[in-house]
Amino acid sequence: MDGYAGRILHVDLSNGKTDIHPLSEEYAKRYIGGIGLGMRLLLDNSVVGTDPFSPDNPLILTTGPLGGTMAPTGGNGHAFVSKSPLTNGLGEAKSHGFFGTELKRAGYDAVIFKRASEKPIYVWIDDDSVQLMDAKHIWGKSPQEAEEIIREDLGDFYIRVAAIGVAGEKLARVACIMNDVTRAAGRTGLGAVMGSKNLKAIAVRGTKDVKVAKPDEFIEYVKEMHERMKGPATAKYRTLGTPMNVLVHNSLGALPTRNFTNAVFEGAEKVSGEHLNERFVAKIDGCSSCAMRCEHIAVVPEGPYKGTTSRVEYEPLWAFGPHCGVDRLDSIIKAMELCNYYGLDNLSTGNIVGFAMDLYSHQILTKEDTGGIDLSFGNGDAAVELVHMIGKREGIGDILAEGVKRAAEKIGKGAEKYANHIKGLEMTGYDIRGLKTAAIGYAVSFRGADHNRHGAYALDLKGTVDRFKVEKGRSKIVISIEDLYAVIDSLIVCKFSRGIYYKEYDDLAKYYSLVTGLEMTAEELRMAGERINVLGRLFNIREGFTRKDDHLPPKVMSTPIPDNTVSKGSFISQKELDLMLDDYYAYRGWTKEGVPTVNKLKELGLDDLEYIVEIKV
Amino acid sequence: MASIHKRKFVSSDPEKCVGCCVCEYACSFEKEKAFNPVKSRIRSVRLTPLINMALTCRLCEEAPCVAACPRDALSQSKETGVIIVDEDKCNGCGWCIEACDYGAIMIHPDKRVVFVCDLCNGNPKCVEWCPEEALDFVTADVLAQKARISAVKKLFQEALQQKIE
Repeated sequence: MDGYAGRILHVDLSNGKTDIHPLSEEYAKRYIGGIGLGMRLLLDNSVVGTDPFSPDNPLILTTGPLGGTMAPTGGNGHAFVSKSPLTNGLGEAKSHGFFGTELKRAGYDAVIFKRASEKPIYVWIDDDSVQLMDAKHIWGKSPQEAEEIIREDLGDFYIRVAAIGVAGEKLARVACIMNDVTRAAGRTGLGAVMGSKNLKAIAVRGTKDVKVAKPDEFIEYVKEMHERMKGPATAKYRTLGTPMNVLVHNSLGALPTRNFTNAVFEGAEKVSGEHLNERFVAKIDGCSSCAMRCEHIAVVPEGPYKGTTSRVEYEPLWAFGPHCGVDRLDSIIKAMELCNYYGLDNLSTGNIVGFAMDLYSHQILTKEDTGGIDLSFGNGDAAVELVHMIGKREGIGDILAEGVKRAAEKIGKGAEKYANHIKGLEMTGYDIRGLKTAAIGYAVSFRGADHNRHGAYALDLKGTVDRFKVEKGRSKIVISIEDLYAVIDSLIVCKFSRGIYYKEYDDLAKYYSLVTGLEMTAEELRMAGERINVLGRLFNIREGFTRKDDHLPPKVMSTPIPDNTVSKGSFISQKELDLMLDDYYAYRGWTKEGVPTVNKLKELGLDDLEYIVEIKV
Repeated sequence: MASIHKRKFVSSDPEKCVGCCVCEYACSFEKEKAFNPVKSRIRSVRLTPLINMALTCRLCEEAPCVAACPRDALSQSKETGVIIVDEDKCNGCGWCIEACDYGAIMIHPDKRVVFVCDLCNGNPKCVEWCPEEALDFVTADVLAQKARISAVKKLFQEALQQKIE
């Protein structure tokens, strides 16, 4: 079994004991790696009802079979999986850069961090040596500072570090895990899980060879993939980058504005990808082994935030921009930089700021609550201030750091009507009131509000389907992308490279077989995608999720799009949502309550997990 | 002296380099049939997200690494300028590493003797693979030419821009 390291490392953070388990060929083929393997290991190593902040909630770190090879983007991803403190369901987040490759070369497909340390520590994985190190001197530092100090302490510039910031230390439920300065395993609050374990950082040095089963054929295939990476399939990411979405969404009335009050933003031009690239982008970086390079590094050239530097993508730009009614790129970039500094998921954090602004505009929050800050929509400086407060959990930031769902419960006064989340996870930058195929994917996603589990927005935006219509059969396409995306996140290849796999499963299966030497057919790989989606579902069902948890954000179901645009008047009714869910469950072969049947589990070889569904079906 | 200018070496343009390390993978695969940056003859350095560059042997004239070696384990090819390591003589003492200003000569993690770029017999794989065309296999003369041309282009563009404005 090449490609894989063949080893799973268990680390007991309470006493430093380590244990190495082999990765079985069965698990490798069934769950691939990345989120798939991570989710299976989470189910195997946790018990029902565990509090996400309990020492009994394991934090799982995985790489994929392509990790450390020269496969473009395939070499460089890693995933974190755990029970999410935001959703109390399946939490997973991936990141790219260089950290994952290092972990693979150190010889691990997965690391399971168990229990918790009594005092701040970091874990130092130096090939076969694994040590718990004192982290007193880096507690309170930013992930970037921690990375630099650890490299200096250990005396090697090439050591890779994943770390949490102050937000994770203080158990902000929207905390992320940063690596390589600008990269984040952002979503579902896993930085707070690290914080709950007193685990400040994971430092890795790997010096082992990564070998593939069929080197000559592999390198030929990689050469072709590198060429494809330079072609039209990735052009968007190489040029304007994801911020190109701003004007596209705006023109289609699909740009959520002022916390889903509007779907068109009058200031869109000012925060467009076009303007950003012309005035702010100073450099576009690449991750390890990637021929595309997409990481747009923006530097603020003038004004009060001069010199501010951050990676910029559409989602955080949207969250701190249109979503807050802010049309100033300098304050948006500052807010993003601060999220990296505090170790906050900038997408959830921007959502929280917009939510707070919406409450302020409805007098549910006042200056008394905000410590004198004028939280009017459009106030970019106030957004920056609020990020400081959330990061440090000061003032109103303490409540807001809990995420919009919990913050709304604490604030009361009807605040929940403005809390746009699904399963507790904050929304992303697609106005699904008028993207009704995507809405299915959002409602059923196992990690909550998410465009990255299904990508169905593309069909709506491109006009492949009638995006204002809910109809039977629509779920079939959503499911097909969901399964593919689960494979992409398990291999792990970058979603931005998805266009280069012209024959989808065929191409990816070929990759898998050339690297691992394990024969994999396209159909087996598709089935792995389905299996992984069902695993996510099973975890949530085990934790008590029902059909009711496949919901949509309140404003998506209450506030028709008011703007004079193509999507005017669109929203999603309960009846439409019910139709979506019935259709989706039916195509998945699940019950009307959204529970995979025993037969379905048998078909997918998940017989040993039947106990989760037996009482429900 | 003219002969020195025929020597080509691998140069990296920091303006174009994105820090992706494809050069490292290509090198270690070509030389060791494995993917492993610590076995690559070219190393990428990302100082900050804005500063990226890959470095390898510059084929210095009267190479300081050769002069520094106390065991005569290093010699320089008169024809190509490549540093030749006599692995039987090298004991990994590291004097050459201290002498090199670019960190281009390194200790091999398995063999415990030094290793350095050998230009892949005149067809460097790193240059072939670099997706950004940030690497170039050039003589110092050509490098200077390119720098001149891009400088003039820039000046010309600025002048043109001023005219328009």
